[in-house]
Amino acid sequence: MSRYLLISSRDPFECGDTRNFYRMAIGLKTSGGDVTLFLVQNGVFPARIGAENWRLREAIGAGVRVLADEFSLRERAVDGALLADGIKRASLELIVDEMAAGTKTIWH
Amino acid sequence: MSEKKTLTFAIMDPPFESARSTTFFRLLEIAAGRGFNLNVFAYEGGVHLSFAKQKAHGNGVHGTNVETEHHPLPKIWVSEIMTKAQESGGSVNWVNCGLCADERGIDEVVEGVRRGSPADFWKLAQASDNSLVIATR
Repeated sequence: MSRYLLISSRDPFECGDTRNFYRMAIGLKTSGGDVTLFLVQNGVFPARIGAENWRLREAIGAGVRVLADEFSLRERAVDGALLADGIKRASLELIVDEMAAGTKTIWH
Repeated sequence: MSEKKTLTFAIMDPPFESARSTTFFRLLEIAAGRGFNLNVFAYEGGVHLSFAKQKAHGNGVHGTNVETEHHPLPKIWVSEIMTKAQESGGSVNWVNCGLCADERGIDEVVEGVRRGSPADFWKLAQASDNSLVIATR
């Protein structure tokens, strides 16, 4: 099974193409891949409870693992209680470790 | 992870403009601490990251002088990451795009940074365990 790490750094309201990045995550997952979507920088905004994030919800529903950079969350005052269901906090160390393990890593 | 890996990063953003350069340095710092061998290809505005003539300054709005402002300088981070990698048993091979540097007048860089071309990025990526292109919009 191919492993993919998709790093999403943009707020969907800032960049409409972000939703297509989520769609790619869903497509890779439904094609049999092991897919992680890692939210970083303004990419963490849709991880907040109440944010319009139906495409992200769709990715979670499809089995994509969704993580959010804890540093980026802290910078934007999104604490654990404000994190939407299905999204977990993670350290940027995960990206380095996944790269070292050979996971296909793509930045958006 | 005990096995030494080689990772390649490409960055195109100049300092002080985007969170991408901050995230890039965070990734490099973590990987340097792992003792990995790191390749960096700095392209376009990314060649400013290692520019040796960066200067700290005070800020009249903040009411600070050059000492109390603690202005961050990416050239120092570049050097510190190189040192950290060496201390951890790894290395940093930092390549600035030569044409990009000439266009921007980047005529002096910190020790350990060399000139190259996009062909170097291809070679570095080919010889690496993995690569990440931090794309600019």
